[in-house]
Amino acid sequence: MARRSTPEVNAGSMADIAFLLLIFFLVTTTIEKDKGIARQLPPIEPPTETPPIIKQKNLFIVNVNKEDQLLVEDELMEVKNLRQAAIDFLDNGGANSGSPEYCSYCKGKRDPASSDNPEKAVISVQNDRLTSYEMYITVQNELVAAYNFLRNRESERKFGWTFTDIKADIDTGEIDPQEAEKYKPKMEEIQKMYPLKLSEAEPKKSGS
Amino acid sequence: MSKFKKKKGGELPAVNTASLPDIVFMLLFFFMVVTVLRETDLLVKNELPKADQIEKLQKDRAVFVYAGKPSDRYVSQYGSEGKIQIGDKYTDVKNLKPVLAELRAKLSPILQDKVMVALKVDKETNTGIVTDVKQTLRELNMLKIIYITAPGNEIEN
Repeated sequence: MARRSTPEVNAGSMADIAFLLLIFFLVTTTIEKDKGIARQLPPIEPPTETPPIIKQKNLFIVNVNKEDQLLVEDELMEVKNLRQAAIDFLDNGGANSGSPEYCSYCKGKRDPASSDNPEKAVISVQNDRLTSYEMYITVQNELVAAYNFLRNRESERKFGWTFTDIKADIDTGEIDPQEAEKYKPKMEEIQKMYPLKLSEAEPKKSGS
Repeated sequence: MSKFKKKKGGELPAVNTASLPDIVFMLLFFFMVVTVLRETDLLVKNELPKADQIEKLQKDRAVFVYAGKPSDRYVSQYGSEGKIQIGDKYTDVKNLKPVLAELRAKLSPILQDKVMVALKVDKETNTGIVTDVKQTLRELNMLKIIYITAPGNEIEN
């Protein structure tokens, strides 16, 4: 038998085929990027337990009605002013400098009629059932932003890094777990200085 | 000297495209690997509200709950009242508990305590429906939740 040399396969169209597949996957790809506001729900308390009494001045009440209007401490407010109002309240540090509740790192007005210290300060959000979810998230976002602002300020002052940046880097794995351990106690310290105390009241039935 | 003399009538040599398929295949494999085909078919509108104080969701321990008004093509069938969707179907508030418990049981045992419920809620929904979901989650002792949002800020826009 005569041996014929096998002719070379023409690979010229290979690129075309690959391009076609590539374009298909490019179009169908949705790189999932789920991010959001994390929150811890309060566990259901046994009914016998009496809720702790919070002094009126340590309570910052945010009320959202069904028309998405904001009532903060009995005053009508625009959402864009909410962040600053919350920062002022949390950072007030109204307790006397001699008392054990004195807040040494607060930079607020020290108004005795407002919160004693950030640990005592509680923000309470009350929604109507017909409040839009968009408004709800906006309010939550602004309040979390107020806490983050204060935490960042303190972490920069004490340690020279930004709390939220470090936290994001640990989440994404940019800071490896071994190194993250070193940050943990410091982050907990910052969190203790400004603990997230956001309470949500049971929403009122609409119209009431 | 003639050694370095250029050939006369120099036509441009064709660019060698032999490695083009390799490059394209590399890109192809990248996209094949990162592609996630949609697992759930959305029955509700799902335009997320914007927020910027956000954290990343850890996917392995997540349970997704969708809520919103039914999509346009389902309005005639289900009306325009806000609804909850879990998996591929609508779930009533009363049925929420067993459905969520079942989803949690599907996770690997180590992660079951760390389960995080991702709420993907349309921005036009009423907060009441979210409150109902949260109340059920409290009863089930699934206390970690995350409101999935789109990047941005509602106030600035």
